[in-house]
Amino acid sequence: MIIEDLTVRFGAFTAVDRVTLEIPPGRIVGLVGESGSGKSSLARAVSGLVPYTGRIDGAHNVQMVFQDPYASLDPRMTVGDSVAEGVRGRRDRAGRRAEVDRLLGLVSLPADLAGRYPRELSGGQRQRVAVARALGAAPDLLVADEITSALDVSVQGAVLNLVRSLRDELGLSMLFISHNLAVVRYVSDVVAVMHQGRVVEAGPTGQVVGEPAHDYTRALLEAVPRLTGGLRE
Amino acid sequence: MKPRLPRTPAAVAGAALVAAMVVLAVIGPPIWGATAERIDAAAILQGTSTAHPLGTDSLGRDLLARVLVAGRFSLALALAATLIGGLAGIVLGALPSVLPGRAARLITGAVNALVAFPGLLLAMFTAVVSGLGARGAVLGIGVAIAPGFARLTQTLAATVAGSDYVSAARMLGVSRRRVLTGHVLPNIAEPLILQLTQSLGGALLGLAGMSFLGLGVQPPSFDWGRLLFDGFARIYVTPEVALGPAAAIALAGIGFNLLGDAMAKAAARTAPAGKKRTAAVPPDPGEPDPGAVLEVRGLSVAFPGGATPVRELSLTIAPGEIVGLVGESGSGKSLTAAAIGGLVPYPGTVGYGRLLLGGRDVATLSGKELGTALAMVFQDPMASLNPALRVGGQLAEVAIVHQGAGRAEANRRAVDRLGHVHLPDPAATARQHPHELSGGMRQRAVIAMGLMATPRLIIADEPTTALDVTVQRQILRLLREVTEETGAAALFISHDIAVVGGLCDRVMVMYAGRVVEELPVARLAAEAAHPYTRALIASLPDMDTDRDRPLASIPGRQPAPSDVGPGCAFADRCALATARCAAERPPLISYGEAGRVACWEVK
Repeated sequence: MIIEDLTVRFGAFTAVDRVTLEIPPGRIVGLVGESGSGKSSLARAVSGLVPYTGRIDGAHNVQMVFQDPYASLDPRMTVGDSVAEGVRGRRDRAGRRAEVDRLLGLVSLPADLAGRYPRELSGGQRQRVAVARALGAAPDLLVADEITSALDVSVQGAVLNLVRSLRDELGLSMLFISHNLAVVRYVSDVVAVMHQGRVVEAGPTGQVVGEPAHDYTRALLEAVPRLTGGLRE
Repeated sequence: MKPRLPRTPAAVAGAALVAAMVVLAVIGPPIWGATAERIDAAAILQGTSTAHPLGTDSLGRDLLARVLVAGRFSLALALAATLIGGLAGIVLGALPSVLPGRAARLITGAVNALVAFPGLLLAMFTAVVSGLGARGAVLGIGVAIAPGFARLTQTLAATVAGSDYVSAARMLGVSRRRVLTGHVLPNIAEPLILQLTQSLGGALLGLAGMSFLGLGVQPPSFDWGRLLFDGFARIYVTPEVALGPAAAIALAGIGFNLLGDAMAKAAARTAPAGKKRTAAVPPDPGEPDPGAVLEVRGLSVAFPGGATPVRELSLTIAPGEIVGLVGESGSGKSLTAAAIGGLVPYPGTVGYGRLLLGGRDVATLSGKELGTALAMVFQDPMASLNPALRVGGQLAEVAIVHQGAGRAEANRRAVDRLGHVHLPDPAATARQHPHELSGGMRQRAVIAMGLMATPRLIIADEPTTALDVTVQRQILRLLREVTEETGAAALFISHDIAVVGGLCDRVMVMYAGRVVEELPVARLAAEAAHPYTRALIASLPDMDTDRDRPLASIPGRQPAPSDVGPGCAFADRCALATARCAAERPPLISYGEAGRVACWEVK
């Protein structure tokens, strides 16, 4: 799909300013930027949740996975019912049930989780359920908005692995948004850097991370916290 | 788990009154019905007597029997009015979330107008229009109750409609009607049911009021309000004839309101009250370390009900040293900071063998002494700054309260400190309100506030979690600079082991309330020994992670503080775990140079 000249305005404030970005089929495009850079507004525009001007071509069915898995699942609905919401074209109970089992399997969750409520699940499991629900609608594009930032480090790895396996095994196209450059670098094929509503740099991950062309990209790269030293002189 | 009614006197009284009213409604008419209707020409308009404790009416009927019989009718009318009002209100309130924009706005506007209208006036108007009598009164009270319900439903529904799961459902193509019945209504049902119970008391009083005004029940039917209306004319001669129905109305009203309140409280309640547990005080911790700024031995934090989120934690921080405390949410790291600062929220209790700040027991320090020796920086700088006051004034306050400085001297020092944390124009910043500053500038101002005195220890609890990476780096640099300059020690708490590794001198890793490993930061990347520390490092992608291989991840989840068993808390998730790990908790013992680890499998 391709996003062309996309602009999102809230009153007089321009959150996204004439952004053009291509998401090749079966690829993960990572969108990185700081708070207020417009990356979440772009995600919401692509998902059809906020009005925009410009063109979005080649993606009719866009689904989104949200940041907070504690807020994105209805606490009064079982996991199975939540996932079944997205299942299309199967009206009978047994067919839906089988499809829910298949979707839970795709995100490496046991089928018996279908009868549980979200409060019985860990944050990582909830986020997998949210991914399964989105996959049920067979999306052309999955938008993942900071999906690991509310998770503990020990389960973040599993969710990132899932994201990569969905691309490799299902050929899913994805817009992966994060403020964490290390996380974006790990999952993305292409990285786009947003700053003040504009994409200031975009290119293959190795190139953007290895030879950043824009000053802002360099500043972001330098600020990534590193386990070994950096601040101890 | 269903919320249970608390056993407070008010709840018990409410439940008892409502139960009594229900019993009365069931058994009243069959038992006293005949007595209530018996006309006795010989006993007209009497006051209290042994035969008629509450007197008689104009036809000589016994008023006590009439009050007891009227219970069923009064309660039934109140129930009908509440159901009519509740149903109409919920439908009106829910419609805007299903209808298209224009119709939704029209209904919202109508509800807003009705809410502004006095309820009793609305009730009287409806009753008069729809004809005098019980039906009119019930309709009237129902109409009076409806706008409140509509408004509550609307507000609750709007909250649910803004949630991520409703956005997700919309994207999945779920229809508005399905969203309403599947997501919105189930999530707002509980408060609406509570509101219904409370409205029942109000409806009862309202109906009695209508009957009393002559707009309600007409003879020969009678409810409590009607009896009160009849008795009121005689209140100066025989007051007891009005007393009976008045008492019945008051008791029923109080009963329903108390029960409704108790139910609302029970629903709002989250933590179950258990028996009070105090944190255990460990045995004698030995000789204190004279060189340490902070020395903690055997610190525990316990909550009623058996949860102990911090267990036997020991740590020592030397002057100028930054110690990182790292762990996942629920590991007890923030409560450790709170315990050191004396900020553990009620009803938690803190126990320790030793808790020395600058060589003195924290419990013996006055608020002023603790305030100058300890500076705390939290995740949200807005929570530490008063939004209504200028930044400079808030900083000056510290010097005035803790150091007895004059206003001018304090202000001068505030500007100096704001400059010290590299705010570009400290004098201008001092005159600004917190909301005028960016997140990073606010966090600098909070650190400057901590530096108004000369703190021996700075506790920073996730100070950069809410900030952008570029700002995070500046704040971390500032913390480093401040400790080097002032010789203050720092306890830096974070969930991010990379941030801790980048800033601190020494790292302590917490898991399920205990320290599982402690080591100098230089050895963190390559020589961490505990399987949990190693897994944490391996699961964290950095700028050098191999992108062709899957990340490490830890299966399972950290146990809740109340579920920690006798063995190693990490055993369930550990690849190296043996039978011994599940049965016996490994002690925290010395390992390598200046390190400690708690693991049976580390040799």
